Amino acid sequence: MREIEYRDALNEAFDEELARDENVVLMGEEVAQYNGAYKVTKGLWDKWGDKRVMDMPISEAGFIGMGVGASMLGVRPVMELMFWSFHSVAFDQLVNNAANVRYMSGGLCNCPIVIRGPANGGTNVGATHSHTPEGLFAAFPGLKVVSPATAADAKGLMKSAIRDNDPVYVMESTLLYGVKGPVPDPNDGDFTIPLGVADIKREGSDVSLIAHGQSVLVALEAAEILQSEHGINAEVVDLRSIRPLDQDAIINSVKKTNRAVIVDESKPFCGVSSQLITLIQEYAFDDLDAPIKRVCSLDAPAIYSPALESEQLPTPAKVVKAVLSIS
Amino acid sequence: MLEFEGNIGTATIAVIIFKNLVMPINIEMPKLSDTMTEGTLVSWRKKAGDTVEIGDIIAEIETDKATMEMEAFDEGTIVEILVQEGTKAPVGDVLAIIAEEDEDVSVVTAPPAAPATKAPAAAASTPVAAAVPTATVAADGSRLRVSPLARKIAAEKGVDLTTVKGSGPSGRIVKADVESAKAASATPVAAPSSAAPVPQGIFPAVGADDKVTPLSGMRKIIAERLLLSKQTIPHFYLHVECDAAPLMALRKQINAQTEQTGGNKYSVNDFVVKAMINSCEEVPAVNAAYNGDSVVEFANVGISVAIAVEDGLVTPVVKTAQNKSLLEISQEIKAMAKRARDKKLLPNEFDGGTITISNLGAWGVESFDAIVNPPQAAIVSVGGIIEKAVSIKGEIKSGLRMNIGLSCDHRVVDGAVAATYLNAVKKFIEQPTLMLV
Repeated sequence: MREIEYRDALNEAFDEELARDENVVLMGEEVAQYNGAYKVTKGLWDKWGDKRVMDMPISEAGFIGMGVGASMLGVRPVMELMFWSFHSVAFDQLVNNAANVRYMSGGLCNCPIVIRGPANGGTNVGATHSHTPEGLFAAFPGLKVVSPATAADAKGLMKSAIRDNDPVYVMESTLLYGVKGPVPDPNDGDFTIPLGVADIKREGSDVSLIAHGQSVLVALEAAEILQSEHGINAEVVDLRSIRPLDQDAIINSVKKTNRAVIVDESKPFCGVSSQLITLIQEYAFDDLDAPIKRVCSLDAPAIYSPALESEQLPTPAKVVKAVLSIS
Repeated sequence: MLEFEGNIGTATIAVIIFKNLVMPINIEMPKLSDTMTEGTLVSWRKKAGDTVEIGDIIAEIETDKATMEMEAFDEGTIVEILVQEGTKAPVGDVLAIIAEEDEDVSVVTAPPAAPATKAPAAAASTPVAAAVPTATVAADGSRLRVSPLARKIAAEKGVDLTTVKGSGPSGRIVKADVESAKAASATPVAAPSSAAPVPQGIFPAVGADDKVTPLSGMRKIIAERLLLSKQTIPHFYLHVECDAAPLMALRKQINAQTEQTGGNKYSVNDFVVKAMINSCEEVPAVNAAYNGDSVVEFANVGISVAIAVEDGLVTPVVKTAQNKSLLEISQEIKAMAKRARDKKLLPNEFDGGTITISNLGAWGVESFDAIVNPPQAAIVSVGGIIEKAVSIKGEIKSGLRMNIGLSCDHRVVDGAVAATYLNAVKKFIEQPTLMLV
C-alpha cells in the first residue's frame, strides 16, 4: 500500500469530501491562500476556490460562531484552529452553542460542524500553545472528540467526522503531520473509519497499553522495548475516538492481559486517563492482576525549555518503567 | 489535601496510620459475649518488652459473664501496654501494641492515646478468637496483598490465600501464584463431609488447660444432622405424665417369672417402645416423613433407638417393629446396644427408622424435649419413673409417674394429631396389659 504523510491524508479527506458534498466548506486562519499554517490544506483553494475554502480573520470567537450558525442551516463547515490551544477564546461557541443546539432545539437543528487542528505539546511553543483539550471537550455531552494517531486513521476519521451530523472535534498533532503511513488508494473506493471504534495497533498478552493520538506511537515504541529487553508482550489499544469511547475494546483487552497502563499526553488530573481507569475498575476489577498505572504529562503548565519539556511528556522509557512496576 | 485531613479528624487518622502504614498490631479488647460492651483487664501475663508467640496467654479479661484468658494471635514484642490492670475498657479499645522485631517502635507509640474516641468499626477487627485466617489477613496479621484477579481465581479454586506466597510487587499475590498454588493447597474447607459450621459469634479464649478434641466422624454427623433438623424442621413439643405404677407392677411380675426360668429381663424402655409401636398403628400419621412435595406415611414401623456410646450416640433401628413381640423387641434392643458399645453395628442397622425413642430415665431426668431425627416426623422423649405425690379424686397419694414427651415436625404432624398419639402411648403405659394382646 502506498505511504503518505498524515497531513496529506487529511488533505485527501478534505478534497474527497469537498467533491462529494457541495455543502462542505473549509474555513480558518490561512487555510486558503497560504495553504494552511502546517500545509494541511495545500492546493485546495486553488482547486475549489473562494466559496469552498475561505481564510478567516484572527477572531476564533467570531468565525467559530459563524460556523456553528452556518451548520445549523445545512452547511458542513470544517474549521481549523491553528492550535487547539486557541479554543478558549471561542469557548462559548464551542461548548455552549455547538454542544447544546440539537438538544435545546428539541432535535430541530443539527450542528454538523468539524473543528480541527493540532493539539499537542513537545514542540517547545510554550504553555499557551501546547494544550491537549480532548478530555475537556469530551466532558461535554453533545460533543464528539477524535484523535487519530496514523495517516490512515486521520483520513478515515476525518471523512466520518465531516459526514457526522453532530459537532466533531478532531485533535491532530504537529508532530504527526510529517509522519508517513499506509493509506488506501482513493481509486480502491471510499475509505472511512467509524467514530467510536478503537484499533488494536499491536496484539499482546501481558499488559494493555491504552493510548490515543501521538501517545500511541510512544506506546508502540515502549512495547518493542518491553518485548526485546524484558520479554513482556504488550498490547497497544489505540482509542482513536475519545467520545464516543469504545469501552468494549478497552475492557476486552484488559480482560485478556489482566494489566493496564494508560499512556496519555493530557494532564493527569481529571484527564482522559482518569475516565479510562474508572471504566476499567468498574467493568474489569476482578480481571485485574495489578493496579492500573498511567503515564501522563507532568501536572504542570507546558514547559518551554526543550530539555525539560521532553521530560514532561510521556516517553517510551517512562512507559516501560510503569509496566515493570506492576509486572 | 489539607482540607480533607481536617475533615476526617485526628482520631480517625491515627487509626488509618495504624492499619495501613506501620506494621505493629493492636491488641484490642475482645468481644467475648453477645452482650459484652466493655471488659475489665484483670491481669497482664506479659509486660512491655516481653516477646509473645502465637497462642501465648497475654492477659485475663473479665466480662459480664466470666473471666477469660486472652490469647495472642500475632507474634512479636509487646511495645506498650495501654490499659492497666483493674481498668475497664470498651470492646475494641487498644489494650496493647505488638510489634515485629525490627520495627521502628517510636513511630507507633505516639498515636495510641487517641483511640479512646475512635470509630466503632475497629471493634470488629481483631476479635480474640479470630484464629481462622481470613482471606484478607496474612498469617502475621498484616493485610494480605492480593490482586482482584488472583482473589477471584482463589475463590473459584478453593485456594487458601494465606498459604500462598506472592511474587508481585510488594509481595502481592498475583494470578500466577494462585495458579501454581492451587494443586498444593486446594483443601476442601467447606466440603460436604466436614462438620456443621461453627456458629458465628465470639468464641471464648481457648487456653492451655482446655481440652481440644478434633471432631470424630460420629461427632460431625451428629452436628450436621441435628443442625439440619433444628434449622429446617419446625419443631413443637408436647408432654404427658403417665401413671407408671401398673407398668412397674406388670414388669415386676414378668421379670420375677423369667428370672426363675433364666428368660429375658425386660426394661421399662422395652414397654415404652412397644407402646410407641402400638400407638403408631393407631395414629399412623405420626409414623411419617416430609418429602418435599409430599408426606409419606410408612406402612412399617421402624423404631430408631437412641443409644449413648463412649463419644456420642447412635440410633440403630428395630425394623418392621409392628410384627415383633415384646420379647423380640427387648432382645433386639439389648443386642444392638451391645454391638453399639463394641462399635460393631453394621451400616444397614441404621436403615428403616420411622420414629425415634430417646430415654434419659436411667439418668434421673424427669422430662426433656428431644430434637427430631430427620427425616422422621417425631421423637419420643422418655423421662424417669419418679415417686411423687399425686392427687387422685381429691386424695393425695403416693404415685409412680413417668413423663413422656413428643417432639414433632409441624410440616407433617399437627398438634391434635400429636396429642392423640401421645395419649395413645399414655393409654398403653397406664394399661400395659393392652400391649400383650
